[in-house]
Amino acid sequence: MTIRSAFAVALATTTLAGTVAFAEPQAEVLHYWTSGGEAKSVAVLQEEFSANGGTWTDMPVAGGGGDAAMTALRARVLSGNAPTAVQLKGPAIQEWYEEGVLADISAVAEAEGWANVLPASIAKHMKCDDTWCAAPVNVHRVDWIWANADVLSANGIAMPTTWAEFNAAADKLQAAGITPLAHGGQAWQDATVFETVVLGIGGADFYQKALVDLDEAALTSDTMVQAFDQMRKLRGYVDDNFSGRDWNLATAMVMNGEAAFQIMGDWAKGEFTAAGKVPGKDFLCASTPGAGFLYNVDSFAMFNVDGDDKKAGQMLLAKLVVGQNFQKVFNLNKGSIPARTDVSLDEFDDCARLSSADMTASSEGGSLLPSYAHGMALRGAQAGAITDVVTAHFNSDMSSADAVAQLAAAVKNSQ
Amino acid sequence: MVEWFERHLPKMVLAPSFVAIMVFVYGFIGWTAWVSLTRSRLLPKYEIEGFFQYGRLFDTPRWDTAMNNLFIFGLLFIGISMLLGLLIAILLDQKIRTEGVLRTIYLYPMALSLIVTGTAWKWILNPGLGVESVVRGWGFESFKFDWLVNPDLAIYTVVIAGVWQASGFVMALFLAGLRSVDEEIIKAAQVDGIPTTRIYSAIIIPSMAPIFLSAFIVLAHLAIKSFDLVIALTGGGPGYATDLPATYMYAMAFSRGDIGQAASSAMIMMMVVFAIVVPYLYSELRAKND
Repeated sequence: MTIRSAFAVALATTTLAGTVAFAEPQAEVLHYWTSGGEAKSVAVLQEEFSANGGTWTDMPVAGGGGDAAMTALRARVLSGNAPTAVQLKGPAIQEWYEEGVLADISAVAEAEGWANVLPASIAKHMKCDDTWCAAPVNVHRVDWIWANADVLSANGIAMPTTWAEFNAAADKLQAAGITPLAHGGQAWQDATVFETVVLGIGGADFYQKALVDLDEAALTSDTMVQAFDQMRKLRGYVDDNFSGRDWNLATAMVMNGEAAFQIMGDWAKGEFTAAGKVPGKDFLCASTPGAGFLYNVDSFAMFNVDGDDKKAGQMLLAKLVVGQNFQKVFNLNKGSIPARTDVSLDEFDDCARLSSADMTASSEGGSLLPSYAHGMALRGAQAGAITDVVTAHFNSDMSSADAVAQLAAAVKNSQ
Repeated sequence: MVEWFERHLPKMVLAPSFVAIMVFVYGFIGWTAWVSLTRSRLLPKYEIEGFFQYGRLFDTPRWDTAMNNLFIFGLLFIGISMLLGLLIAILLDQKIRTEGVLRTIYLYPMALSLIVTGTAWKWILNPGLGVESVVRGWGFESFKFDWLVNPDLAIYTVVIAGVWQASGFVMALFLAGLRSVDEEIIKAAQVDGIPTTRIYSAIIIPSMAPIFLSAFIVLAHLAIKSFDLVIALTGGGPGYATDLPATYMYAMAFSRGDIGQAASSAMIMMMVVFAIVVPYLYSELRAKND
């Protein structure tokens, strides 16, 4: 035996002994947070993970709003080599659970007391049957309306609290030559506006019945017809050139005063603040007309993996993700609010504080609801079927009655 | 031994690609057909449930739009590309001095990726940036050219961009065809005093029938698999007004976790291709057997 091979054997034995003695936490994390602010946010988690002795293998897959990442995930799962943790959200978590590939992280969740710090409706998304299988990262509020403060004050308009007020304000703005609503004609943006309209016009119970439970009576009701009527009105408040526009360009229109309002989730806030605009002074944030809170919660689902090191990594990751420190730092970077309700909000801005207060209040009042447009309420096929009808109605001269009939047919067809 | 080897060498050389094609083309067609009969959602499942995915497909208004768009786009794209290509080829065939330069210019769009074509035409046709705003800038305030954002007309913008891309290629095909017609016949016709238009319509074009068929087959499969042009130009919008079967299938498979539905739409697309290609192959094979 030469010296070199003796050395190699010695090395191999020590490494082997090392893995037996204590499993070093390992995590391979598949996510699609690849844009500037998002990448910075996920780096926070990486640092914290390695500070706790773990080895992080980053697997970012950019593109298609997560479609590319999901394709990569499918390939990995089918080849029997799932990543440790995957950025997944909403009913997709349960869909993967039904394929029998998700792990149980109840041990961490119970030790950390997640049930006590997460709002009940959000905790529900993290559970597969009775076990915990995912860890929430943040809460994005979808039903925001953003406004240019100068434009509103110059035209003597207050933030609208009902859709009727909004329509009155929009008519006034249109007469003054300002585009009332900045909007990008992409299907998901049409759907975002639609769900806030349904919530505002029908109320929380109606939203739950129509867009979460897919109750046929609610889908074909007069209230739904009114919601489509309001969509038709909104179509008139959008400029002619909106087709295909990206959401951040619509936000820019509000920023430089070309348009007054935008209906968009709180990621729009990042665009305002990145341009040096101050909430409350340059731009205003308020919930869209009507009571309630539509959430879009990002989370990490844990997949079945082999090896103690990977399992240890999963547990550590779950613990850190829901930990107070990460929830604060990550959400300050991302513009959302912490999913757990006991994080200090001192460093957050007014919009985030409003969001957090509304979340707690609506959680108690039963109007904390999942966003359908952002894949929190329904499975992909069903949400997509609804979006097809919404966007077809918004982009044509279809009547509201036809839209409602198509909606019911599309929902039935997608099941 | 050597003799045996020599006799079987061609088969052995062809065997790997034959096996690869059997598996990766016909094997996967079979797999897709199988999956289209199942209830597959996020991951493929293999319990056959019958033809209900096809029922769902034909009940979806978006699929109807996609198929209608395919026919509108396919007919206009193939028709206009062939006409324009033939016209340019005939004009270039007049023994003009700068033919080489002009041919290159017309052929150049083919060198571009469809994504580039789509993006460029998106800007050109955008009412706020492109043609409409330029013409209005010249003082024609009432000028309107908003096809790109008009759900009823948006599919025609895809035709415009597609024709721009492909007609140069068709021109090259036809030009080669025109040159391959026997000089002697044309000269004989000229000696007989037959006008040039008549020479083209009665002699040259009829003798180019195989070129027409090739051009048609190439353009038809371009039209049916057309995906990137729509994605870059309109993103399938406004709404889903410019969806094509390929973009529909992509949305179902990759955005919506509805693999069964995607597989059934892929099978329908394949049948459309077969409807065009099978008669072509049949006529080719019959011609050879005669």
